[in-house]
Amino acid sequence: MSLSLDATEVSHRYGGVAALTRVSVRVAEGSVVALVGETGSGKTTLLRSFNRLVDPSEGTVLVGGEDVRLLDPVVLRRRIGYVPQNGGLLPHWTIRRNVALVPRLVGMEDIGHVADVALQRVGLDPRAFGERLPRELSGGQRQRAALARALAAKQGAILLDEPFGALDAISRSEAHEVFERVRHELGVTAMLVTHDLAEAARLADTIVVMRAGVVEQAGSVDVLRGAPASAYVRMLFDRAEAAGAALGVG
Amino acid sequence: MIRAALCGLTILAVCGPRAGRAQSPENAESRAPVVVASKPFGESYILAEIFAQLLESRSIAVERRAGLGATEIAFGALRSNAIDVYPEYTGTGLLAILNDTLDASMRTDAGATFSYVARVFEERYGVRWLAPLGFENGYAIAVRRETATQYQLRTLGDLARVGGELTAGFTSDFIGRPDGLDGLSREYGLRLRAVRPLAPAVKYAAIAEGAVDVIDGYTTDGLLARYDLVTLEDDRRFFPPYQAAAILSPRLSDERPDAISVLSLLSGRLDEGRMRVYNRRVEVDGEDIRAVAADALRELGLVPREGGDGPSDTASGSAPRVGIVPFLWSRRMETGFLALRHLELVLVALFAALVVAVPLGLVLERSRRSAEWVVGALGVLQTIPSIALLAFMIPLLGVGTKPALVALWLYALYPIARNTYTGVRDADIDAVDACEAMGATATQRLMWVRLPLAAPIILAGVRTAAVITIGAATLAAFIGAGGLGEPIVTGLALADSRLVLSGAIPAALLAVLVDSVLALVERSVAPAHLRAGDPDPAG
Repeated sequence: MSLSLDATEVSHRYGGVAALTRVSVRVAEGSVVALVGETGSGKTTLLRSFNRLVDPSEGTVLVGGEDVRLLDPVVLRRRIGYVPQNGGLLPHWTIRRNVALVPRLVGMEDIGHVADVALQRVGLDPRAFGERLPRELSGGQRQRAALARALAAKQGAILLDEPFGALDAISRSEAHEVFERVRHELGVTAMLVTHDLAEAARLADTIVVMRAGVVEQAGSVDVLRGAPASAYVRMLFDRAEAAGAALGVG
Repeated sequence: MIRAALCGLTILAVCGPRAGRAQSPENAESRAPVVVASKPFGESYILAEIFAQLLESRSIAVERRAGLGATEIAFGALRSNAIDVYPEYTGTGLLAILNDTLDASMRTDAGATFSYVARVFEERYGVRWLAPLGFENGYAIAVRRETATQYQLRTLGDLARVGGELTAGFTSDFIGRPDGLDGLSREYGLRLRAVRPLAPAVKYAAIAEGAVDVIDGYTTDGLLARYDLVTLEDDRRFFPPYQAAAILSPRLSDERPDAISVLSLLSGRLDEGRMRVYNRRVEVDGEDIRAVAADALRELGLVPREGGDGPSDTASGSAPRVGIVPFLWSRRMETGFLALRHLELVLVALFAALVVAVPLGLVLERSRRSAEWVVGALGVLQTIPSIALLAFMIPLLGVGTKPALVALWLYALYPIARNTYTGVRDADIDAVDACEAMGATATQRLMWVRLPLAAPIILAGVRTAAVITIGAATLAAFIGAGGLGEPIVTGLALADSRLVLSGAIPAALLAVLVDSVLALVERSVAPAHLRAGDPDPAG
């Protein structure tokens, strides 16, 4: 069961600094939205308001149609997967134990098996990787394990905060393939923070360009490239294409 | 060798069954033992032992607390009834305790000084001076015999004449006291080429080797004779009279007329000549204090000549000085007991600190704004010199084990709390964040992630605390808590470096041992990814 994600007129301030100003974003069930922007544009703040790691000062945040403020944060978070940039695997736990974290938290049975299924799903053989420690895996394998963990308990939505940003080109491409496959297999809703427009174009149905706490433009890659709403959006595309990225021709 | 008996005794006294002293008036008639104490120098040890044996010969139970800190510690303990009697000197009472100035009339009149001091002590502290023992032991300024000949020195006036060419080594006590160097310089117009602060234990060696030319000592000092030093006459009578007397706690003076009448038997009986002999026997010949005290009481006719009470047990009279290794070997049993006692103090303090500091560190991590303040305050505690901290404890907790444990506990708190706080705070932030983001509760994050990852850092804090505590515990002997500090304190007092080493070497070994054991523990609590040898850089 996938969950929709809705933010309506969300504003947030850190001390005196505005991080988000009246931001509205909608992620339909089973679709993928990428938040693109520079550091400090507010994309991570917005992402973290869906699992209440941030409680915005104003506006409404809904997960699966429910107002998150009415939910116990712990219960809410167990429904939503999370993949941070460095994977966030517990360094002293084996991969299997790491992946079994949320199944264990929600009290599933036979969590070892559940973890193995999740590992299989991201292309990691549980017999080869289950008993290894995170540091014994490559960066790409670790991120795939983190993805397995984020979905092991059949979470309905998944939040990814620059999950592939630190990987080399080949590992990143592999990780992209795995993400696409898993996403379609499970029909999961996803929100992805990235500063890589090419990655957003490849993985997301909708791209939301953010700048200084406001949404600059939201739409499919074709809409954004064809009719950029601002000079900033156009500049992002120009820069990405100059760097040789093939941006969502299909 | 022979100090064995003394140290062994003190151990028994410290470990003895004596929880909570009866201080309430209802218990006035209970026969609590009389606590006999001394300050840490030879003569004080001997006098206290004489008091103790005399009381015991009259069937009065005694508990010994030899070598308590210095004047403030011993007197603080007496005032608060933590000890009952120790030998003190009128000059010290006047200048160091009452902080009084010396009236001109008192300089020459020992009797006037005594009555004044005794009256004020009674009024101000309820502390009673028994009639003087019969000898004076004032400051003595001494030089080598050849220095005296070379410069024709006989008096302090002579010294002032040539002071510019001589270097002095004085105890810090003497340098700091109003009746010490300052007053002396003013009175005689004395200017020395240099003044070096020296520990009592080294000043005799320093003057004998020519490192310094002038030292301070006591007139009845046995070591003045041992090193063939010449005492310069105080021709202007600058130093006040230092009549020795037993002084009594308020409790003892109120409740124990029996003990008072026994101790009064000594009044006027010990003359300077006798005392110098006893001091020499202990400080120069290395005789056992118990044996010397027993001889003194027999000579004074206060105990029967062949009472069989002689402490002629194991301690042989005057063993020749042997080398350090045989000496340490001969003391192995006592050292073992002292080390166990030391370890007991350290482990109890450490465990209590662990129980408090780890939760404290965890609480601080959750309220970081106050954390730096609290950790800073604990750090300030760390800078208080151990001996001062121990002295502060006395009015609150008396002497013995309790104040020592509290002081050691305070020292152990900082490294453990600090490392717990930083260890938990800095534990793999990404992993902690991911756990929180996926619905692990605060307790689960603590138990699954933060504590396991912080464990080696917390353990490192415990190791630091253990080593600090083992060091600080040697000073606990100054307030009568026993341990390996005991031979160090006694050895410093008697200028006996072998005795000092017999405490210092085992204490150092103990520190190394405890540190190594904790290093093993540290390795065993290391989280899995840090345990398996080389971290994989390709990972």
